[in-house]
Amino acid sequence: MSTPVKRVVKMPVRLEFIVTAGRTYSAFLRQLAEQKIVGSRCPECRKVYVASRGACPTCAVPTTERVPLADTGTVTTFCVVNIPFGNMAFPPPYVAASVLLDGADIPIFHLIRGIEVDQVRMGLRVRASWVPKEQLAATLESIQWFEPSGEPDAPYETFREHV
Amino acid sequence: MRKVAVVAFAQLPSVRMDTDREEVELVQPVVKDALRQVGLRIGEIGFTVSGSADFLLGRPFSFVSALDGIGAWPPISESHVEMDGAWALYEAWVHLQCGDVDTALVYAYGKSSLGSIRDVLVQQLDPYTLAPLGPDSVSLAALQARALLDKGECTERQMADVVARSRKSAKQNEFAQLKGDVTAEALLRKDYFVAPLRKHDCPPISDGACAVVLASEERARKLCERPAFITGIDHRVESHALGTRDLTDSVSTRIAAERAGVWRGGVDFAELHAPFSSQEIILSKALRLGPDVRVNPSGGALAANPVMVAGLTRIGEAATRISRGDGRRAVAHATSGPCLQQNLVCVLEAS
Repeated sequence: MSTPVKRVVKMPVRLEFIVTAGRTYSAFLRQLAEQKIVGSRCPECRKVYVASRGACPTCAVPTTERVPLADTGTVTTFCVVNIPFGNMAFPPPYVAASVLLDGADIPIFHLIRGIEVDQVRMGLRVRASWVPKEQLAATLESIQWFEPSGEPDAPYETFREHV
Repeated sequence: MRKVAVVAFAQLPSVRMDTDREEVELVQPVVKDALRQVGLRIGEIGFTVSGSADFLLGRPFSFVSALDGIGAWPPISESHVEMDGAWALYEAWVHLQCGDVDTALVYAYGKSSLGSIRDVLVQQLDPYTLAPLGPDSVSLAALQARALLDKGECTERQMADVVARSRKSAKQNEFAQLKGDVTAEALLRKDYFVAPLRKHDCPPISDGACAVVLASEERARKLCERPAFITGIDHRVESHALGTRDLTDSVSTRIAAERAGVWRGGVDFAELHAPFSSQEIILSKALRLGPDVRVNPSGGALAANPVMVAGLTRIGEAATRISRGDGRRAVAHATSGPCLQQNLVCVLEAS
């Protein structure tokens, strides 16, 4: 019988990457540093994508036209996060939601604050809560979260295509 | 065997680091160009398949996001291989053999510049047996070149000749990254990078993308004036364990070549995916290419090596030359893994 091997070679696995955001996504990120949200319009189907990746996914043409968007929108769907995990932004429970910005044809994903979690609903009208001016940067984290704007709820028919 | 042909090929110029475009923006222009060449829309393509590696971007499912660049709506029949696009082309070829589709779109993209490509390739291709020892892809190729030199199968001068020819040929290739007139003597005066390899014996780090359209014979003759027919294609893989392989030979290339029927006729030129100069020498021998065969008229992977793209580019380049009338019968080759571990051989003919 041979002696069992007990030595273990430990080799840390680590790879570092530079992310290329791309022409279109970069335009979106740069505007966030100016406290502005910019979408990109498809020249064929005219849909406005926010955080576009550079081409209309249905028409496969570059979304080159930039469209300024409001920082208000409608909660199309949401979930209440109750389970804690590492690196949470807030202690649970909190709400993550799809927010359809006014003027956009696709929702973005963000946090909802400033309202009890059991009061969040589809159709809730919200407004972006930006970080203080000096903290603005080219990241979606320039928006801390969305909070109720006080407007009446949007009727389901106005956002049913985007749920 | 159903006859299948390459009817379109499009590529982006390879660059050292494309800080401007992300994968969707790489894929969209080449797919659009390839489809334009044959006047087809994505909805008219029977099967679509891509080749790429998430390890290059350090992001899972990047191949799914890349679909934004091709317009997959209404839903299309689509697949992906976590390999060079040449293997995506192989899947498309198999699908075309089944007879339920007549056309296929194959595309590949790769940004080798985003991480340390030498380390990325080790983690991607062999996370278990060699990765703990930390041998990067260049060091492994250097071991292979050393074995080749020690065996007397080539000289450093011959390796430099390969590089000088690649740089010269690439002058005619607007998509190549490294090109120009250099002499083997001048190359041999340079310092070693990882001995016995000098920097020029290694491939450049490249970002790029390419796309190919395949069609059955009947469709091909309608879509393209002079289609490049795939008369044979095969791929073989060797062991993960480098110690069990003869690194100075490429057994898998030889078997694939035989199965693809390389030696059933003369070869006018060959496009070999040899990222290292020493590997072109091994491949030329395994494929029994005579001195009259022009090797890598495009410059090959020494002139531009977008990882996951460079193999499919060899097939596309060879097909383009045949369609142009620059030859009647060509061999295209793609490789994957350290020291030519896996090899694909494709024979392309004019009629």
